Amino acid sequence: MNPILQLESVTRKFGGLTALDEVSFQINPGEIVGLIGPNGAGKTTLVNLVTAVYGVTRGRIFFDGQRIDGLKSHEISRKGIARTFQIVQPFPKMTVCENVAAGALFAGGAKSVNEAKEQALEHLHFVGLADLASHSAAALTLANRKRLELAKSLAMKPKLLLLDEVNAGLTNVEINKALALIRSLAERGITILIIEHLMKVVLALCSRVVVLHHGQLIAEGAATDVVRNPRVIEAYLGAHFVNQRQKEN
Amino acid sequence: MKRGFWILAAIIVLLLPWVGNNYFIRLATIMMLYCVLALSWNFIGGLTGYPSFATAAFFGLGAYAGAISQGQGVPMYLAWVIGAALAAIFATGLGLAILRLRGHYFAIASLVVADVLREIVNSTTNLTGGGMGLNLPVLKLGVDAQAKLFYYCMFGIALLTIFTAAYVMRRPLGFGLGCIKQNEDAANIIGINATIFKTIAFSLSAVFVGGAGAFYASWVNYIEPGDVFDILFAIKPIVMVLLGGAGTVSGPIIGAIVFLILEELVWRNFLTFHAGVLGLIVVFLIFYLPDGILDLNYRRWFGWRKN
Repeated sequence: MNPILQLESVTRKFGGLTALDEVSFQINPGEIVGLIGPNGAGKTTLVNLVTAVYGVTRGRIFFDGQRIDGLKSHEISRKGIARTFQIVQPFPKMTVCENVAAGALFAGGAKSVNEAKEQALEHLHFVGLADLASHSAAALTLANRKRLELAKSLAMKPKLLLLDEVNAGLTNVEINKALALIRSLAERGITILIIEHLMKVVLALCSRVVVLHHGQLIAEGAATDVVRNPRVIEAYLGAHFVNQRQKEN
Repeated sequence: MKRGFWILAAIIVLLLPWVGNNYFIRLATIMMLYCVLALSWNFIGGLTGYPSFATAAFFGLGAYAGAISQGQGVPMYLAWVIGAALAAIFATGLGLAILRLRGHYFAIASLVVADVLREIVNSTTNLTGGGMGLNLPVLKLGVDAQAKLFYYCMFGIALLTIFTAAYVMRRPLGFGLGCIKQNEDAANIIGINATIFKTIAFSLSAVFVGGAGAFYASWVNYIEPGDVFDILFAIKPIVMVLLGGAGTVSGPIIGAIVFLILEELVWRNFLTFHAGVLGLIVVFLIFYLPDGILDLNYRRWFGWRKN
């Protein structure tokens, strides 16, 4: 099977800081892959490189066999990569419906503004926001704004969805709803790369996990194996903790 | 109801020259010219959220393009089209260069364009007459007939601008410009080619202004750099749009009409201090009506329902 997303030695420097250092991995169609790592590990930078918010310093990125580093953001979204933002980015003065319609109109193939709005309503139904369709996007609660981000991404009819901390700041009940939603996205055949801090979510969703630390890929594999990997524990909790644990065992 | 209102307004405009004197016809022509300037700025400033001060540059460029063409024997109407086309082409190139700047930086970059063009016109005396200005061929028509002719032509240009504005707003282009105004990065991510969209908006904000500039040259028969590159041609449209309501079709029109009435009343009654009084009124309106006259609940007065 050909990978849907493939990173080859991707490096990004900001001045003297190497935010991502020779990162290579791939995602196969239909997978839900978790991207984890401590704060500042380079997770969001990686998503920003794939969606061309920044350019790569070195390395290559392939989507569906085509090279996409060097393309513009809007070109990449039209190829079928959608993303959500850690800090949600709605169009505040538009209604919820118009926000989603924007995604349908410019990347989802809708022919007219009206058609886009019709499609938007379907997506709002799917994420459970249909009742709020005519409300202003600025008036939504955080949980609903995250759902709006999802609906907007869905409207772009993506093959690959990059979720950047969609669960941050949500309550337990809201997280459970979000989990169900993400699973149903995967059932639709959308490949998902999810940045997540909550291990509960990672273990529940991801077939495979990629771990970043100081911009380097330090582990990759099944979620349950990766959380036992000493290097991963060290990255999160420090060498001291690993030594202690080894003595205890 | 709403459609009826616009039809009534159009009939009044069409009949006005046959009831009003030449002063009124002249005033109404200027009013429609202001409508064109305000609606044009609305494309880039109101819809896209880029505070452009380049309107004066487009106006002056159109005026000189039209005047020079007419001087070479090009028919008047064709000269207006040349003015419009040249302004649009110029705006496309300029836009690709300066639309990557945002906020204040874009404003400053667009502000200096008129000054640069004025200096160029001033120094190319052979072509433009420099500071001496440029005379245009006089039409072989009576004073009244000329007033009426220019009035109806301006009406045509204004209608064209209004229809274009209304059309753009209903299309994906207008929708995308609204997205760019609210969050340009998010707009890029959902598949909008912001560079192209902004450049089109900038060209739209130039094409009718360029045509109006060429029209103005034919109308007043004599132009000079300080007159047509006047920075007030850049500032007035912004005030009109903010006065009426940005990002709509009717807002700039209402703003242009109200602005002209204020300007005319203040001019007559405060001969020595008119600019100051006008400024105070504008400050007052922007403080107390920040979203423009359209934000008043006028729909209730006329019994219009909000769509």
